[in-house]
Amino acid sequence: MTINTGTTISKLEQPRRWKIKTQSRRSTFISFERITQAGTNQYTIPAWLPWIVKRIVSSLLGIIVISMLVFAATQALPSDPARVILGPEATEDAVEVFRKHLGMDQPITTQYVKWISRALQGDWGHSIDSNIPVTQLIAGRLENSLALVASVLIVIIPGSLFLGVFLALRRDSWIDRTCVSAMIALKAIPSFAIAIGLMMLLATSVFPVLPAVSLLDPNQSAFAQPIFMILPALTLVIATLPYLTRLVRGSMIEVLDSEFITSARLRGLKHRTIIWQYAIPNAVIPAIQAIALTTSVMIGGVLIVEVVFTYPGIGSALNSAVDIRDIPVIQAIVVFLAGSVMLINLLADIATVMLTPRLRTQPASTGA
Amino acid sequence: MNISAWTKKIRQNSQIGLGFTLSAGILLLALLGPWLAPHSPLDLVGPRYGSPDANALLGYDYLGHDVWSRLLSGGLSLVWMSIAASVIALVSGALIGMVAGFFRGRIDQTILWWSDVFLAFPNLILILLVVAMLGRDPWLIVIIVSIAFLPGVIRLSRSITLGIAQQEYIEATTMMGYSTYRILLREILPNISMPLLIHLGTMLSWAVGILAGLSFLGYGVEPPAADWGLMVNENRAGLQIQPYAVLAPAILIALFALGTNLLAEGLGRAQSGIKEAR
Repeated sequence: MTINTGTTISKLEQPRRWKIKTQSRRSTFISFERITQAGTNQYTIPAWLPWIVKRIVSSLLGIIVISMLVFAATQALPSDPARVILGPEATEDAVEVFRKHLGMDQPITTQYVKWISRALQGDWGHSIDSNIPVTQLIAGRLENSLALVASVLIVIIPGSLFLGVFLALRRDSWIDRTCVSAMIALKAIPSFAIAIGLMMLLATSVFPVLPAVSLLDPNQSAFAQPIFMILPALTLVIATLPYLTRLVRGSMIEVLDSEFITSARLRGLKHRTIIWQYAIPNAVIPAIQAIALTTSVMIGGVLIVEVVFTYPGIGSALNSAVDIRDIPVIQAIVVFLAGSVMLINLLADIATVMLTPRLRTQPASTGA
Repeated sequence: MNISAWTKKIRQNSQIGLGFTLSAGILLLALLGPWLAPHSPLDLVGPRYGSPDANALLGYDYLGHDVWSRLLSGGLSLVWMSIAASVIALVSGALIGMVAGFFRGRIDQTILWWSDVFLAFPNLILILLVVAMLGRDPWLIVIIVSIAFLPGVIRLSRSITLGIAQQEYIEATTMMGYSTYRILLREILPNISMPLLIHLGTMLSWAVGILAGLSFLGYGVEPPAADWGLMVNENRAGLQIQPYAVLAPAILIALFALGTNLLAEGLGRAQSGIKEAR
């Protein structure tokens, strides 16, 4: 098998993990006959259980390795954090005292074990800059970022499903071609360029109706001040919607071309039934993986958008922590973000397997 | 694959044409720009945030540099770094992926697991982490960006290799006693090169986004040197008075990303069109 071509365009532009996994999976959505195999032995353990356990263990291992990598990158690299924090003017003695204060005179493994066991109890240390506990510093920021990401997801998930199916049903019409070209163009534009464009359009130059700077009142929830969320959220919607829509469109087209749809047509089923009961459920499953990928891409993209609009979220917190090399804050945020991506991927994989009959009965065939 | 059918497809495909024109145009601008600039990018030649006049096509920036001159000199860093990062990721990722797909078994599992771990770091976060600890040397940034891209390339080249390695002609070469080295480089590599090349275009447009974003955040090229991402950041405060100083570099960055992306899209489409026709 060379790569599966008819749909290569949509597949090749999908970045990474999602693409390859689904290549093996996608071909399997179509056949439902295999469900019956599971029905014969209901009383044994379900076939997916060992797979899920294995998958969860592998994710846990992954998170542990991530924490080690982050710790190693921040604490053990040739750069001396104590020297970095105190600056080149500090005396050798001061640096030495500070190294002790950071616990850096101990072997690296001891340091790691200490750090991770405290972290597991919720103590990520104190910010070097402000001396506030890191968890306290991050909590409020995190809430704001989650509000932002959640409101973007609320828009793009239904939006991309609707638009993708809509375009797939009108494949190669002028509206489809226009939308696809527009989406290709939008997908390429870096998010900060989109942010600047929107800022000029809606906040400063053309129609100055929205605030260019998101000065959230820290005592209120971000949802209570939606005016400040519009521009950052809109930027992220524009940056992520094209990818997701094209994916839904591609998988819907693939489903519509497949044999079980043809046979449903030949059996004389109504068009509406075919679309709603046969095509859409099968076309939506690949979207789960894409939503997971979009969310993890957004976790990176949110940083730039938050910085552009000075939105007080976890991304702008990381940016300023990196700026002053506030190591405990950097460690906590990076481990948290990478851990969330791992978790999102895990949930998406489980959802995909559970919603796909053949994978549910033979999950081992995915090789995951 | 038939070469003339290829070129025909490419000529018919306006996407590739547009993509190529855009990327090549920006590339030329970035490469030749430094010699064409009327002023030195570091000279203060006018008022702060001054409007365009005969001396300065696009006005002046936050310190009074000529925006047009800085624009001409500021593309080189972005262009070479994004190309270098993508090419390094492509070459090393293709090799690792081929090894994983060809040998399978434990090597494959290990490589996949590690690339999953690295996939968990959002690109920009991984890069920021390393830049924060090790500094902002351009080559360092190039290497980290390519490491961030590596898992994607590995997964791509592995999955195609898996399919090819099971085909009869590869089995035949194994039986004829060819060295593994030769099978990988002479038999498998040519067959996976097209999808990888398309992925190169996609990676280029990501790299442009990431690297420009990085210098926008202030971790790329050090001021006062000219750089498009940096220019956007420096002149942001004057967005209302002198929008050209922000808009012009932002548009050039967007056009470069768009061009490379269109190129990848068009190549992908041409490739699948040919396969379908067969």
